[in-house]
Amino acid sequence: MAGIQLSNVRKQFGTVEVIRGVDIDIEDGDFVVFVGPSGCGKSTLLRLIAGLEDISSGELRIGGRVVNDLQPKERGVAMVFQSYAIFPHMTVRENIAFGLTIRRESKSVVERKVAEAARMLQMESLLDRRPSQLSGGQRQRVAIGRAVVRDPSVFLFDEPLSNLDAALRMSTRQEIATLHSQLKTTMIYVTHDQVEAMTLADKIVVLRDGEVMQAGAPMDLYHNPANLFVAGFLGAPSMNFIAVTVDDAGADMVRVSGPAISGLDVKRRERSHATGQKATLGIRPQQLRPVSDGTGPLNGRVVLTERLGSETIVDVRLNSNDSIVAALPEDTILHPGDAVSFDFDPAHAHLFDEAP
Amino acid sequence: MQNRAGWLMAGPAFLLIAAFLIIPFFMAIGFSFTNQRLVSPNPTEWVGTANYERLFGIAVLTLEAERDEDGTVRTKDGEPVFPSLRSYTRNKDDHPEYYRKREWFSFGRGEDRRTFVLATDVVFLKAVRNTLFFVAVVAPLQATAALGLAMLINRKVRGINIFRTVYFMPVVISMVVVSMLWRFIYDGQNGLLNTVLDLLTFGWFEPVDWLGRTSTALPSIMAMSIWQGVGFHMIIWLSGLQTIPASLYEAARIEGASRWQTFRYVTWPGLRNTAILVMIIITMQAFTLYPQIAVMTGGGPLDSTQSIVFQMVERGYGKQDISGGSTISVFLFLFVLSISLLQRWLTREK
Repeated sequence: MAGIQLSNVRKQFGTVEVIRGVDIDIEDGDFVVFVGPSGCGKSTLLRLIAGLEDISSGELRIGGRVVNDLQPKERGVAMVFQSYAIFPHMTVRENIAFGLTIRRESKSVVERKVAEAARMLQMESLLDRRPSQLSGGQRQRVAIGRAVVRDPSVFLFDEPLSNLDAALRMSTRQEIATLHSQLKTTMIYVTHDQVEAMTLADKIVVLRDGEVMQAGAPMDLYHNPANLFVAGFLGAPSMNFIAVTVDDAGADMVRVSGPAISGLDVKRRERSHATGQKATLGIRPQQLRPVSDGTGPLNGRVVLTERLGSETIVDVRLNSNDSIVAALPEDTILHPGDAVSFDFDPAHAHLFDEAP
Repeated sequence: MQNRAGWLMAGPAFLLIAAFLIIPFFMAIGFSFTNQRLVSPNPTEWVGTANYERLFGIAVLTLEAERDEDGTVRTKDGEPVFPSLRSYTRNKDDHPEYYRKREWFSFGRGEDRRTFVLATDVVFLKAVRNTLFFVAVVAPLQATAALGLAMLINRKVRGINIFRTVYFMPVVISMVVVSMLWRFIYDGQNGLLNTVLDLLTFGWFEPVDWLGRTSTALPSIMAMSIWQGVGFHMIIWLSGLQTIPASLYEAARIEGASRWQTFRYVTWPGLRNTAILVMIIITMQAFTLYPQIAVMTGGGPLDSTQSIVFQMVERGYGKQDISGGSTISVFLFLFVLSISLLQRWLTREK
């Protein structure tokens, strides 16, 4: 059990800096998810914590101890890889026991711990099989089992569900959540999938280009994104961004207007806006309500509808030529070319001091 | 139509393979049962298995030392004296089983008895023994050294391609050229090896005629052969090493495996199939030991570097005894085949 602190951690490969001064504070027992698009440095960051890569500068503490120069085995971490990385020539039992075998634990200890892990992961019946006889989900459970038996102080997961199909992904995700609630060990989980991030995390760290964009509880990030990137990254479909200009920057409310919208009062949310500046209005697709023709602030024509049953996703081209997406509850029948009008509650709109 | 074009294109290659590999293969089997000679005025005759009997004709003869009238063992220069072997091997009427055989080796049994192993074709049996010795030493050493080199060059270091090239270079040089060069290295007078050893030991080292002594000739050829072929097997090992996913090594590292444990639990199991391939190739190559012998020693000194293939060529073309050479080649084929099958069986998937 250990907390993890990263202060001003940097990593360079040659002249390319891939991690640019990251500060993250992870409390003991937290489930933290690093999320971001490909190439944002999330996996590199995880490998720095694991000790598979050297930190170029900055400080990494695990359990209060500076571990920059320690080998992976001295850091007390266990890792689960995207490709499972289980040993193909060993049985499930030998794979799970690998860390114990390496440390020459006694037979009785090995047997007890393997049995314990197998019970926890419900694979007692698979212990004598070889990895080639297992499904992807079972292989990943073996990898998790191998991590569990070592009683690590930190678990690291590197996109563990990416190679699984959709159904398995969901059940394995739930197993990992259960595992965390049972073990209460610090876990760091890397993914590009925001659903995994939102459902698993106590704390999400959104990364882009080697920098932390925002860190916090999932719902904080969802409801109060710090910038356009986080706003656009979390939530499906993505938040709609509409270019506006600030007409009047008040203390609490800001009046904005633009090609698509005119004279709307939005909450300031502690950002610096000045009259005449460009800004971006963000509205989540779920906040848009269809109203009868021409009565809402946003008007346009349907380009495409995707009916998912539980909701309907509508692509709309506004009369101002902006594109927006609306997620309408339940099954709504709209045809391409239909004129639509949308209304929304300005209290749920976000205003960003960046141009889209 | 398409079929015909296919046959036409494959035709030339097929004809060449047939003319130089397939037909000679069966001809050799046929010749081994005849007395065919390279050039001969006499017609070829069917001789059955006589050629094989001559190759493997072995007999064991134990003799009592000669004694004086008072019963003491007669000695000469401190060694007991035995009756002349010729009285057995040239006496067709009394001892047909020893007729025309020669001494291969002998060992003493007590003070006054000695067992002689006689063979019809001593040179061939020496060649078989030398070849087996060569395979037994070269195969494991070359495979191990190649694996070691492969692991050294299987890393991302600046200039690693220079090392890869250097280790692989001997492979692309013809064995004949390599043998010529190493003859100079092994030279007994002022060869490179003697000079270097002399320098390293400050003149204490006595020059050795490496290829001219029965005790050093074959080991010298082995050392050179290992050096020449190691690069080829290094490349095969390297390709095997590169099929092992990096994540397995990372997993082992995180679990705290030492270097040896990583090799034992990750690298070696991942190289299983490569190891089988390398061992079979090395064994087969080692059995066909020829150019080194032909260029460096010609089988000498005192038959200490005779090899099966060298004898095969020597007999077939040197002595124009095509049937004798064919018999040896059939033997070599069956021998290597059975060893390969044995290796496959020993390394089969359990």
